[in-house]
Amino acid sequence: MPKVIISGSACQRFTNGRTELEVEATNFRRLVLELEERFPGLGKQVEEGMAVAIDGEIFQDAYSARFGPDSEVVLIPKIGGG
Amino acid sequence: MNYIASDLKVVGTRPVRPDGVEKVTGRAQFGADMRMAGMLWGKVLRSPHAHAKIVSIDASKAEKLPGVKAVVTSKDFPHIANEEAFVGEGPMNFRDLSRNCLAWDKALYEGHAIAAVAASTQAIADAAVELIDVKYEVLPYVIDVEDAMKDGAPILHDDLFTGGVEPKPTKPSNIAKVLTFKKGDAEAGFKDADVVVEGRYTTQPVHQAYIEPHACLCSYNADGQVTVYSSSQGHFMVRAYCAKLLGIEISDIRAVPLEIGGGFGGKTLVYLEPVAIALSKKAGRPVKMQMTREEVFRASGPTSGAVIEMKFGAKKDGTIVAARQVLKYQAGGFPGSPVGPGCMCGLAMYDIPNVEVIGYDVVSNRPKVAAYRAPGAPISSFAVESAMDELARKLNMDPIALREQNGARNGTKTHYGPTHQNIGFLATLEAAKNHPHYKSPLKPGQGRGIACGFWFNIGGETSAGCHVAEDGSVTATSGNPDIGGSRAAIGMMVAEVLGLPAEQVRTMIPDTSSIGFSFLTGGSRTTFSIGMAVTQAAERVVEDLKQRAAQIWEIPADAVEWRDGKAYPAGSNAGAFEPLDLAALALKAGRTGGPIGAEVSLNAQGAGPGFGAHICDVEVDKETGAVKILRYTAVQDVGKAIHPSYVEGQIQGGAAQGIGWALNEEYIYDAKGKMDNAGFLDYRVPVASDVPMIEAVLVEVPNPRHPFGARGVGEVPIVPPMAAIANAIRSATGLRMPDLPMSPPKLRAALDAAPKTSPG
Amino acid sequence: MSKHHVSAVINGEPTEFLCETQQTLLDVLRDEIGLTGSKEGCASGDCGACSVIVDGRLICSCLMLGCEADGTSITTIEGIAQGDHLHPVQQKFLEHAALQCGFCTPGLIVASKALLDENPNPTEEEARYWLAGNLCRCTGYDKVIRAVMDAAAVMRGEKAA
Repeated sequence: MPKVIISGSACQRFTNGRTELEVEATNFRRLVLELEERFPGLGKQVEEGMAVAIDGEIFQDAYSARFGPDSEVVLIPKIGGG
Repeated sequence: MNYIASDLKVVGTRPVRPDGVEKVTGRAQFGADMRMAGMLWGKVLRSPHAHAKIVSIDASKAEKLPGVKAVVTSKDFPHIANEEAFVGEGPMNFRDLSRNCLAWDKALYEGHAIAAVAASTQAIADAAVELIDVKYEVLPYVIDVEDAMKDGAPILHDDLFTGGVEPKPTKPSNIAKVLTFKKGDAEAGFKDADVVVEGRYTTQPVHQAYIEPHACLCSYNADGQVTVYSSSQGHFMVRAYCAKLLGIEISDIRAVPLEIGGGFGGKTLVYLEPVAIALSKKAGRPVKMQMTREEVFRASGPTSGAVIEMKFGAKKDGTIVAARQVLKYQAGGFPGSPVGPGCMCGLAMYDIPNVEVIGYDVVSNRPKVAAYRAPGAPISSFAVESAMDELARKLNMDPIALREQNGARNGTKTHYGPTHQNIGFLATLEAAKNHPHYKSPLKPGQGRGIACGFWFNIGGETSAGCHVAEDGSVTATSGNPDIGGSRAAIGMMVAEVLGLPAEQVRTMIPDTSSIGFSFLTGGSRTTFSIGMAVTQAAERVVEDLKQRAAQIWEIPADAVEWRDGKAYPAGSNAGAFEPLDLAALALKAGRTGGPIGAEVSLNAQGAGPGFGAHICDVEVDKETGAVKILRYTAVQDVGKAIHPSYVEGQIQGGAAQGIGWALNEEYIYDAKGKMDNAGFLDYRVPVASDVPMIEAVLVEVPNPRHPFGARGVGEVPIVPPMAAIANAIRSATGLRMPDLPMSPPKLRAALDAAPKTSPG
Repeated sequence: MSKHHVSAVINGEPTEFLCETQQTLLDVLRDEIGLTGSKEGCASGDCGACSVIVDGRLICSCLMLGCEADGTSITTIEGIAQGDHLHPVQQKFLEHAALQCGFCTPGLIVASKALLDENPNPTEEEARYWLAGNLCRCTGYDKVIRAVMDAAAVMRGEKAA
């Protein structure tokens, strides 16, 4: 099962401090829904405030961004720019 | 399709930009250059106090002044609940943005907009704001970030409780949120270290200082449709933000992008447009508004001032085993400093097993910060790269060698989570190390410093088009305002795909009603994202052109090939036809299926991060404390330089802003919390005589996600300069300057206080 | 209050306009005559975006009153090219990519022309100090100086345009 790491501390209040989670999802859309089911409020927080880095590549919004059981999946704060 | 390994004919060359002539002849229209019949002139009334309750606003005298047609306050804007909303531009707290455009119950900084007037001349509007009677209850103010964090500091927002802290606090605070990033065990790492280096660094707020003040012309029609002419870093952002702030349907607003005179992040939001629309609605006429230079400084978002505490632990052989960084950033009157990216970027280029980074987002009575080129990263890297220099000295190592030894490479896991892939940091360091600048001898009294920088670069939603006119000429369209010459690169990519010379493609930026949505111009995303979309659009056009030729020749479409701007039969079996160029195919467009063109909308992913390494030589005048930059070299991995001159230009411009940030720029406040130096005389940006030629060295490690291998380049170059110069001053004088700016009075004070030892 | 009636020659054209006492020459050029090529960056004479040439002298038009222009001959950015023939400074700015956003460009071009009219063979340092009154935030001045030096060489006849 893919492992998701939540970087930073913004989500810890939803997960009771946990930063590493095993999930069933294999794309970003499913991940958001699964997180919302397991930790109400977390899915929304992730979708609206975070980007997902899959094997080092940052995806800001794509629902279809896929990952496999061995992918490194990290949720980081969304990035803007100037 | 991917052109990275191809022989390129246009991409990589240096044609003249397609919009150049109108810019060198003064014909290009910027934000303040638009006129409309019946236009009124607007003016904003601004708070003279750094922190005050607004008790009452009486505009009756102003309304009676002959020539005044409308007065607005925040009561003319719908009140928005405290919810972040997404209007296609990412998270933005619209309640805060609304209160920033026109204050609700409190003035949160000197210059905060309180009310606005529209009148038949600028002079009458200026006189009218003086007649608006505002009763304030002046409150104690706080500006310095650590002062704002203290218990007992004046609180800006009664409903702001620190986020990121468990359990949730019940007392309001100026600390909007706390962020933590951890990797490994920093405490254990430090115990294991042979050498430890610690330092406390401070930076002052600086402004993007674009030469063009904010300006717009807005027209609200009686049927509720609105036209906004403004210069911005995103006309779709302007449309969306105005719609949200005023409760208008997005499709009722047409935002027209005028040329923009610099943004650097400071024009990625709105200040005047919603106010001008509200005035236009009340007055029934178009309203033009522009900020004075003073207003730009007092009331538009500069970046944070900050305090950074830095600690490195390393083994004798130069391996860094632990790092700890605490960052405290000012957000201005409303939450939202770039402390998040600051936490991530400073150490992003190093492979360190144990890291702890803590960031604080702190409100204080200053203008709300806006993005400024790689927001958060320059401040963070000033501390990291200065401390790295001290570490190199303590270890008796060459500063580049220290960074190479600990440098991130493909497969390095960052402290904020993701693993680096396809990065060019080591290639950048290698190029810097081997550059003649690094090896050139220094005279006595001169010093050399190096520093590195990192920025993520982003992709995002993008629309671009490619259209063939009836005579075969080609227009490329982009949903992104051109803030630095991107039209050139966009046209070149289309020309490459179509097999045309660059001069035969014109690039235009249509208004929001005439092209699909595009996220704003910033985040070093334009050449990357628009490049991706416009290349796909051009490829679709090529497929279509082949199809048209196939119809004319009565052969299958897959028997046609496209080369150098023409359709050819593919091989002798296809038939002995003369090639058809764009003009010939366009002539028959109606008969072969209709107009030839394509528009592509996509969400560009896979923007590659960028790394920079800068080398700087300085000399310090011991009498005056003035720092002279003798030589400056900026190395950066750029993926692929589509138009090398504009890539060099981004690097030179970013480096120059960093030089100003390092040596002179700062907000100076008086005893009442008012900015003392709100003008270009005393807010000292670099002038032509302050800087030497800046050599930009382009390292090309292609980004496989972009059809031509491009990475974003605009933001990285502002990240290294402050530490590069601080390290050069250290080398020249023996003095470590931990507080920015390193202006003459500070150098003089440090020189006076220093024990008489020789520099090293 | 009645306005002033002013007569001046602007870019070779005899021009008349009305202006209020407090209107600067920059205000008049932009708002009364419609020549918006000169820009307002600061209105205090610090940024040079409003640079024009009055009776042969480079000045900030924001520091001169409109009514002071009576009887003068003024060159603005709109008068630098001759028809569709660009001045060498304009041409070299384009070739060297010496502009990014283009806002400071009119002022820089007028100031560069004034420099080369007075000193056809400036050193890099002389060019930098002459142009120190024209702020640019985009380019870091590197390509600007290269363009000016190159234009100077062309104007001295040392190289082809």
